[in-house]
Amino acid sequence: MMKARRFDPKKEYPIASKRPDLIKTITGIEYKDLTLENLISGKIDVQEIRISPETLEFQAQVAEKHGRPQLALNFRRAAELTRIPDEEVLKIYHALRPGRSTKEELMRIAEELIKKYQAKLNAAFIREAVKIYEKRNLLKKG
Amino acid sequence: MYSSKRFELLSQRPVNKDSCIHEWPEKGLANMESPFDPLPSLKIVNGIVKEMDGKKQKEFDLIDHFIVKHALNLKMAPKAMAMDSLTIARMITDIHVPREKIVEIFSGLTPAKILQVVGYLNPVEMMMALQKMRARKTPANQAHVTNRKDNPVLLAADAAEAALRGFAEEETTVGVSRSAAMNALAILVGSQTGRGGVLTQCAVEEALNLKLGMLGLTTYSETLSVYGTESTFKDGDDTPWSKAFLASAYASRGVKVRFTSGTGSEVLMGNAEGKSMLYLEIRCLLCIKGAGSQGVQNGSISCVALPLSLPGGARTILAENLIATLLDLEIASGNDAMSSHSDIRKSAKLMAQFLPGTDFICSGYSSVPKGDNMFGGGNFDSDDYDDYLILQRDFLTNGGLLPVREEEVVEIRRKAAKAMQALFKKLNFPPITDEEVERVPFVYGSQEMPERDRVEDLKASERILNENITGVEVARILYEEGFKEIAEKIFEIQKQRVVGDYLQTSAIFDSHFNVLSAINDPNDYRGPGTGYRLEGEIKRKIMNLPKAKDPRETLMVSPTETISMRVEEIGMAASGTDPNEVIIGLGPAFGTVLRETINGLPHREVLKEMILGIEKEGGKVRVIKIYETSDCAFIGHKAAQLSGSGIAIGLQSKGTAVIHRKDLPPLNNLELLSQASNATLETYYTLGANAARYAKGLPVSPLPIVIDNMARLKYIVQTTLLHMKETEEVHPHQPPKELRIEF
Repeated sequence: MMKARRFDPKKEYPIASKRPDLIKTITGIEYKDLTLENLISGKIDVQEIRISPETLEFQAQVAEKHGRPQLALNFRRAAELTRIPDEEVLKIYHALRPGRSTKEELMRIAEELIKKYQAKLNAAFIREAVKIYEKRNLLKKG
Repeated sequence: MYSSKRFELLSQRPVNKDSCIHEWPEKGLANMESPFDPLPSLKIVNGIVKEMDGKKQKEFDLIDHFIVKHALNLKMAPKAMAMDSLTIARMITDIHVPREKIVEIFSGLTPAKILQVVGYLNPVEMMMALQKMRARKTPANQAHVTNRKDNPVLLAADAAEAALRGFAEEETTVGVSRSAAMNALAILVGSQTGRGGVLTQCAVEEALNLKLGMLGLTTYSETLSVYGTESTFKDGDDTPWSKAFLASAYASRGVKVRFTSGTGSEVLMGNAEGKSMLYLEIRCLLCIKGAGSQGVQNGSISCVALPLSLPGGARTILAENLIATLLDLEIASGNDAMSSHSDIRKSAKLMAQFLPGTDFICSGYSSVPKGDNMFGGGNFDSDDYDDYLILQRDFLTNGGLLPVREEEVVEIRRKAAKAMQALFKKLNFPPITDEEVERVPFVYGSQEMPERDRVEDLKASERILNENITGVEVARILYEEGFKEIAEKIFEIQKQRVVGDYLQTSAIFDSHFNVLSAINDPNDYRGPGTGYRLEGEIKRKIMNLPKAKDPRETLMVSPTETISMRVEEIGMAASGTDPNEVIIGLGPAFGTVLRETINGLPHREVLKEMILGIEKEGGKVRVIKIYETSDCAFIGHKAAQLSGSGIAIGLQSKGTAVIHRKDLPPLNNLELLSQASNATLETYYTLGANAARYAKGLPVSPLPIVIDNMARLKYIVQTTLLHMKETEEVHPHQPPKELRIEF
């Protein structure tokens, strides 16, 4: 198979029209196969139609190359979260709310994020929050 | 109470129902200038911020920490902070300094410094700046679509209409929170029926909101609120870290995110720490930027009446919109919550965002009547559509709305209702009756809709969540039920969630699902002749209001109208000698090309009454036609020169009349009926009688003057057109003609 041409984040946005070949769903369905006909005939499944971490990385590169580092980082954290089930994502969100978790609980979440989902950015983000929460008295007493 | 009647009536004006208070800066009741706001400062040692805005690192609160870690560009900061604030302010409005340069500088400014810079700008400068700084070139608007009963059929129909009217985004919310999934579904189906590519959301509690996004029933979320003080943030049950995590969670499911903030929320929640509202809002905006949100809705939003109760409220709201753009965030610029009892004040406030253009002029224009607005009554609503459209037409500005015709609205509403009916049937939801489908195109609001079984609708709504009924599933069902076009659009929306192009800053879709964002539609304003210009098809649409008439086609004399008056020219009009003579000088089109006055009095009757009036007072009438001029004063003056008594009446075709005397200068007169629009036949009789009395030297009580302030407003176009016709009949070298009139 021929290797796909490198993505140029400066010139190849919108990706949908400029580089549709790069887009795959989270389960690997190619963009061109995302059709109503394939859905009706059962070739693709409803649950499969979701954004992939690779696509979010491309969007992160677009944001970065257009001077938006924070937006890019957000997309990269999001890329990691694509691998995590809905309920778990919601659980982490609640754990980050003020006074919900002990230091240990949050550190455990961070650890799990790395071990289970290779979610390094999110883990680092949570560890950073722990430091500040500790200073500002936002942790649940253990 | 009031001793002056004028003051008493003033006190009853709508604007005086608005709150109006003095500043109380210690408590945070100050808009953008508080003596307690800190002065800018920034100390960085070895890449670590040791002090910001007069606060030492160890005193940093949650928000300071977050700003320092995520929002401030520490590489840029030393240079940017060293710049003179006034210089930066001038650069913002300078058309020779590009947007990118300003964004770069602002990436390194602290909250207090930003406050200082923006403080130098007056409202017009802020508007110029907003025009240059908003991220997307093409302006747009967002609709609120709700109803009091959470009626899904009506929601879908209203969403379809709003989409047709040009809104790029639609937001719904709930009466009862269990309706959330159903409401989201209804506006998804409705919006894509009206126009493919409209983004939708349902504002509910975060967890539920995220779930709706995960199901693909919504495509964006703007419920992520942040606050400018630590205690308020905590009261909102969040931290900048939890909100930033949530933002990533939305993005991970392909959902566009916009944060919410706005002046006044902290003081309203009792924790302003004695800082000005704008200073706290700047802290919010930096949190939003740091969290990696592509944009924000601000402009005080639901607290809008609070900044407006204080001096400088509208300026502050404009300032916060502007600062969002200076920080390179998409801006949905408020104008959503009710801001005043006064329509004058509301419209004036709107201009601050409407004229420069923003990414979304209203972060919720109520597309439904007030009684159905579940966001607490929109500042502008469906009753105001034509006002908004005419404002666009007046300024030739794109405010994000398009004129529509009744037939197309009725059709699209019915289509959305039919799709919902089929979908409900297939999903085994409470049936949508034919009666509902037939009524929804025509209703004003929810009270006219047949009652639905709310308990069953709520159960169906819960089933959506429990059974994970997704946007893709909805597309599949609609396709199978024969709504292929709508199905394809809903499916396309789901595909866009896989691509994520619309997660970038300031993204919307056109009707072909082409994304328009700050990246491929960047605002390139650099002064006159650059940036967004209203032109082409969209300009034509905005000008072409359905109510506009073709002036060429008005005022055609209807062929059925017979003129029961014979007018015959019997030669040149000579000078009269009878001292009792009163001449009626007719305008060139009178009784020929034109046959009635501006308010529809037939020329025949007008002339007859005038003659009767003259004769009753013993005057002798002569009627002549003036061709040299169409001007009323000159018609009268010319006729007077030929009158035996020196008295004449000049009568224009549109009914304007003047009593003239030979020796008066042309623009003077004895009496003038200038507003023919409220004249009756009796008026013309009295004019005739008065003219005769002038001729005989008898005392005259002039015609009472009727003041109708609106007459000019109402009749100016018709006046222009009638006068145009009269002027077309002018023959400058044709002397006055004697007429024989037979009734």
